[in-house]
Amino acid sequence: MVDSLIHPHEAKPEIWVYLEHEGGNLQTVSLEILGKGRQLADEMGWPLCGLLLGEHVVHLAAQVFEHGADRAWVVEHPLLGSFTIDAYAAATFQTVMKGKPSVLLFGATPDGRDLAARLAVRLRTGLNADCTDLRIKRESGVLVSEVSGFGGGVLALIEMPDHRPQMATVRPGVFPVPGSMPGSQGETISVRVDLSPQMIKTRIIERHTSSTIDLTRVPVLVAGGRGVGPDFTDLEQLAHLLGGDVGATRPPVDAGYIERERQVGQTGVGCSPELAICCGISGAFHFVVGIEKAETVIAINSDPEAPIFDYADYCVVGDIHKVLPDLVQALQAARELTHD
Amino acid sequence: MTEPRIVVCVKVVPKPEEVRVDPQTRLLERANARAEINPPDMNALEMALTLKDRLSGTVEILSMGPPYFEPVLRVGLGMGADHIHLLSDRAFGGADTLATTYTLAHGIERLRSVDIVLCGEESSDGATGQVPQGLAEWLNWPQLTLVTELEIDMERHVARGQRSIKGGYEILEVPLPCVVSVKTASNEPRFMDFRLKAQAASPGRMKVWDAAALKTDVNHTGLAGSPTRVSGLASAASRERKRERLTGTSEEIIKALIEVIRNSVM
Ligand SMILES: Cc1cc2nc3c(=O)[nH]c(=O)nc-3n(C[C@H](O)[C@H](O)[C@H](O)COP(=O)(O)OP(=O)(O)OC[C@H]3O[C@@H](n4cnc5c(N)ncnc54)[C@H](O)[C@@H]3O)c2cc1C
Ligand SMILES: Cc1cc2nc3c(=O)[nH]c(=O)nc-3n(C[C@H](O)[C@H](O)[C@H](O)COP(=O)(O)OP(=O)(O)OC[C@H]3O[C@@H](n4cnc5c(N)ncnc54)[C@H](O)[C@@H]3O)c2cc1C
Repeated sequence: MVDSLIHPHEAKPEIWVYLEHEGGNLQTVSLEILGKGRQLADEMGWPLCGLLLGEHVVHLAAQVFEHGADRAWVVEHPLLGSFTIDAYAAATFQTVMKGKPSVLLFGATPDGRDLAARLAVRLRTGLNADCTDLRIKRESGVLVSEVSGFGGGVLALIEMPDHRPQMATVRPGVFPVPGSMPGSQGETISVRVDLSPQMIKTRIIERHTSSTIDLTRVPVLVAGGRGVGPDFTDLEQLAHLLGGDVGATRPPVDAGYIERERQVGQTGVGCSPELAICCGISGAFHFVVGIEKAETVIAINSDPEAPIFDYADYCVVGDIHKVLPDLVQALQAARELTHD
Repeated sequence: MTEPRIVVCVKVVPKPEEVRVDPQTRLLERANARAEINPPDMNALEMALTLKDRLSGTVEILSMGPPYFEPVLRVGLGMGADHIHLLSDRAFGGADTLATTYTLAHGIERLRSVDIVLCGEESSDGATGQVPQGLAEWLNWPQLTLVTELEIDMERHVARGQRSIKGGYEILEVPLPCVVSVKTASNEPRFMDFRLKAQAASPGRMKVWDAAALKTDVNHTGLAGSPTRVSGLASAASRERKRERLTGTSEEIIKALIEVIRNSVM
């Protein structure tokens, strides 16, 4: 067996959550994991700690406490001003070696995943990817991560009994955002890390972030598949009328008909809307996992045998190019009536 | 100017649509599923072959897995790769990502003088997406993940790539050697070239490395080197849907749909 750098006996009974932030706010996925972490911490009687890295981030600690953490480990350094894997992995490693948490959780975002994956090897410990649920065994303090197996239907439970920290990533939208408790206090622990410019191998030439598309929390999802064709206008209209947003399966994304941020499913986002309307979608497992958490699902497909109908509450066999315009028109008419 | 030596990590996976879940036992049945190159690795292979088209050099396939991977991997030779290295030993079985990346890193170290390693974004079975970064860590190389475009400059010995991030992208440059993960669907993989058929079948184009040849430590490979344990398989409590068909004239269907929409959101 390979031993982890941190021996199980020296690990502290604490849950740590790596926190991502942007524009002075914690990212939603970080809040979601704090919420789940609070629940686990209460069950175990362990403290919940947030791990904050950046150039000037100490002011974010208030948000960390308001979302349930008892402590904030704050790591500030000029070389942490923007994310590079080199600086962030080094700083996180040094902090984890100081605090020795038993459990360390990350959002499965591009940066969170990269950081967790590199760090797990550096610490010689395991990493459970894309967990759909987490619990901790009361007697042993062993984290049990639920991950969904390919092919669907099967969930694997994964543990690492002899290695610490027990690391896991969680995709956005899996856990609910906890309510905030304004004014909650906690303890801030400032950590000094040793970073030098020579350690940074990555040069950021440019960075563009403009898209604010986020389907994880839309109340109504109007999702389109290959059956929609290149034109998503009807879906956009319907989404607009219902105060929702448009998603898609992979084929329209690959074809360039719609932005990649709108892909729903295993390699896209997981959504938890009150209503999902699936248009011209066959119902492949890779897609269906993305709408599992929808309260109600409507499916419209011209093929009466389409598998999507097994995953829907209300099924309409019909041509999307006929049903959608009719539906939009009827909704508009109904709205005008109520406005009169 | 020297030509790049490119390694592509390729996993062989069962075709997802042929993996069935036994409705009784809820266990995976993959015995009857045909094997294929992990689809995202086809994007990595395509990116490597495009670089080779431009810069010359060599493209080698590196894979850890059982001997039956061989015929599937040879498809890569038919696409234009030069050589296959299959890391295969009973001791490698049951590996999680820590043990997998340790073993792949040993393979790369044994090959020596590799300039760049390309991986897929994630596999279609385990789908952790954490092998490329773990591999980079064992090698102590920089990484460029989720890239849709990649250039290498052999004079300056750097790689430059466009990395997908939340809500956008960034352009990063790292020194070679480095590990890259290629964003799924970022290119259209080429087909096998029938003119390369003889090359694809040639026994000399493939080398199998076992634990002794790789000089791996038994404590680090396979199940022994894996911190994670599968402690159980639960059947997914998949949500029961109503599966109610809305029927009638199109007016009646629209009416019924509006009723459903009202009840769920309005
Ligand atoms: C590793 C991996 C990851 C993947 N990840 C994802 C993912 O995250 N998300 C995802 O969506 N897919 C993903 N896929 C792809 C997935 O397996 C399916 O191929 C995809 O979801 C199918 O999309 P679709 O239903 O739009 O297309 P199709 O399967 O082609 O279905 C089109 C449907 O439209 C219907 N139709 C056609 N015309 C009309 C019409 N006029 N009116 C009404 N209905 C019509 C047809 O009857 C058919 O059922 C992944 C695949 C792999 C291998
Ligand atoms: C349902 C399921 C869940 C799992 N969950 C976990 C988990 O949470 N944590 C964990 O540590 N392990 C997990 N595993 C085991 C994991 O799949 C294996 O460690 C596997 O050897 C590599 O991981 P991956 O398939 O996830 O690769 P990914 O990281 O998804 O693959 C990325 C790229 O790495 C390269 N690559 C991956 N494997 C190989 C290979 N054998 N040879 C050559 N190149 C390769 C390919 O280029 C691939 O595109 C899980 C397996 C299953 C079936």
